[in-house]
Amino acid sequence: MNKIFVSPSPHIHSGDSIKKNMWGVVIAMVPAMILSFVYFGINALFATLTAVLSCILFEYLIKKFLLKEESSITDGSAIITGILLAFNVPSSLPLWIIVIGALVAIGIGKLSYGGLGNNVFNPALVGRVFLLISFPAQMTSWPIPTTRLSEKINPDMIDSFTGATPLAMLQEGIQSGQSVSSIMEQNNFPTYQDMLLGNIGGSLGEVAAIAIIAGLIFMLVRKIITWHIPTAIILTVAAFTGILNLCSPDTYADPLFHLLTGGLLLGAVFMATDYVTSPMSKKGMLVYGVGIGLLTVIIRIWGSYPEGMSFAILIMNAFTPLINKYFKPKRFGIAKKGGKK
Amino acid sequence: MLKTFKLGGIHPPENKLSKDKPIEILPIPEKVIIPLGQHIGAPAKILVKKGDSVKVGQLIAEKGGFISANIHSSVSGTVEKIADIKDASGYPKPAIHIKVDGDEWDESIIKDDNLIETISYEKEEIVKRVEAAGIVGLGGATFPTNVKLMPPPGSNSEFLIINAVECEPYLTADHSIMLKRAKEIIVGINIIIKATGVKKAIIGIENNKPDAIKLFENIASTYSNIEVCPLKMKYPQGGEKQLIKATTGREVPSGALPIAVGAIVQNVGTVLAIYEAVQKNKPLFERVVTVTGKKINKPGNYLCRIGTPIGNLIEAAGGLPEDTGKIINGGPMMGKALINTDTPITKGSSGVLLLDIKESKRKEQNDCIRCAKCINVCPMGLEPYLLMSLAENNNLERLEEERIMDCIECGSCSYTCPANRAILDYIRLGKGRTGQMIRNRK
Ligand code: SF4
Ligand code: SF4
Repeated sequence: MNKIFVSPSPHIHSGDSIKKNMWGVVIAMVPAMILSFVYFGINALFATLTAVLSCILFEYLIKKFLLKEESSITDGSAIITGILLAFNVPSSLPLWIIVIGALVAIGIGKLSYGGLGNNVFNPALVGRVFLLISFPAQMTSWPIPTTRLSEKINPDMIDSFTGATPLAMLQEGIQSGQSVSSIMEQNNFPTYQDMLLGNIGGSLGEVAAIAIIAGLIFMLVRKIITWHIPTAIILTVAAFTGILNLCSPDTYADPLFHLLTGGLLLGAVFMATDYVTSPMSKKGMLVYGVGIGLLTVIIRIWGSYPEGMSFAILIMNAFTPLINKYFKPKRFGIAKKGGKK
Repeated sequence: MLKTFKLGGIHPPENKLSKDKPIEILPIPEKVIIPLGQHIGAPAKILVKKGDSVKVGQLIAEKGGFISANIHSSVSGTVEKIADIKDASGYPKPAIHIKVDGDEWDESIIKDDNLIETISYEKEEIVKRVEAAGIVGLGGATFPTNVKLMPPPGSNSEFLIINAVECEPYLTADHSIMLKRAKEIIVGINIIIKATGVKKAIIGIENNKPDAIKLFENIASTYSNIEVCPLKMKYPQGGEKQLIKATTGREVPSGALPIAVGAIVQNVGTVLAIYEAVQKNKPLFERVVTVTGKKINKPGNYLCRIGTPIGNLIEAAGGLPEDTGKIINGGPMMGKALINTDTPITKGSSGVLLLDIKESKRKEQNDCIRCAKCINVCPMGLEPYLLMSLAENNNLERLEEERIMDCIECGSCSYTCPANRAILDYIRLGKGRTGQMIRNRK
């Protein structure tokens, strides 16, 4: 007889794997990636390639030569970090800056903690925030989508043309004393349809709300993530900005504007849901989502970064261990209150 | 909408290869090996010695404590020796080896198949007969049944819940007896109703057995106090607490027994054994076992004597396939892997499952990626990933706080984990040590 295995139960496995989940996320990001190429042209393609390849390369090199561990690049997580990093930078960003971002994301954001599963902060966001602080000028000059330009401006000027994101335009306008409605009526201000389709200035991946929603649906259907985090963020932002807007429509934009701009959906769907850095229980996920929603609105409206989402997620990442400690799943056979003795 | 339990659960492929196979009677082997510890509790005390001749149904070892069970010979013949065999974990366990000679039954057993509906015994007599017959939970838990039929004084038994869920993939033994012995099972239910004084019996059957649901709904319709409850398929619905939740909506408190919410749960095979013990005076010495596996020639349901070597069953089903990698006593989720085919069938064996080498190999473990999928599937609302890491660090105080003792070892967490972590291996280890710590404290 052959060698008989005698390991304990269970003797079967679902066949789910880290790879399946990670590649599922990659597939979910493809629509947004394609739209970024459509809107920002070849630069977007180069930025994405650079980010992905350098993330993979750094992961490989650091694992092999510094940590002397087996390589983990095939699990797909470095690719996700790469795509997310690219999604979070303007297409005009010099490629060497992207390489630095990738090094920070993988080296400091991920591997310094011990690799996938052990990091505290979302690696791509660590990379992005590092770049935002180190290269503020380059990181906030936003090319306008080629589609948008071609309608109104001579296409030869594309390369040199930059503009602000809708959020930045709004904040500037409000600071100079204009009302929200008058800013939105200016003819270079994007319509809601533009925002939904991604026809606005911004980072690669934060522009096309519709592509991100498609990715969300895919991940929900494939059970890669659950609805809790994205829904909590979106509802919180909608409710918070809705109340502000009702109180003073002239100073605060409406919820739809907030939901469709500034990478809110990108963050809610792809970054806040990162397995490793988000809470474990459903209750915890809701708390975390509400926290991100509140912080995002606060930073956007009263803080100095219109793109407050990244900071909000990083802050809540830091709270994740605490949330895990206090928000436990509903236990079977334990009456409501007495969770902790 | 069909009922089921709320928290967690998984949907492994059913693979009920033998679901349409009627029960076949396995030829009596040349030799049986009857272990003394086939139940939860103290092992039975031996009553025979080498050279004794025994009959089918003769008491050969008597219960060794309050929680223990009688053991009867399953064959007629001569006691060849009393010697240890290796159990599933490789530990030596005492067993009675009997060489078979003919098939002579003890005279007190009523051997015919006639249905006896009238229950002519009172409560105490019923429990006594069940106890004498050595009946234990046949679903795999092997807890002595007579103890379960005597709810502690002061408790209020409202429901009898019949576990006819058979949620383990592959296994069809319960299904096959439900189709063949439905009437006897209904009498068995009435016997338990009489013994325990419950007001209502609920038969929980998953909706992958529509024929059994229909059959029992038909027969039960003549009894106002027996109800069939079709359930939506989900593993581990056969877990006692999950089944009670699914059928009655009640939640057994952590650390308590089903009787705390007025429920008594019996497996459908046990109910049949109770019928036979009470009405036919037949001790528990045979049972139906599913022999199955994707590579096996003739998967089927076999009625076999306790103590039959598993190898005999495999032979009857077409022999051991070439690339067998694992021999499992029970189902794929909770069964035990065996070291060889000499291991005998015991009262708790519901199936023999053969996996091929490819199915048997565990995949390489990766670091936990904190995907929370194990939490989402845990039917007890635990955090398997956390229990796993606390167990690794031997942090017993925290394990107790995080309710490791509530784990029902269903394996849903390990089954689901995308990082292939053997979560339940760690949890078992931690649970054992935490239990020890709690016992020492008392
Ligand atoms: S399912 Fe596995 S990888 Fe996911 S949290 Fe649980 S232990 Fe970790
Ligand atoms: S084995 Fe224990 S921890 Fe794992 S899912 Fe089942 S009850 Fe939960």
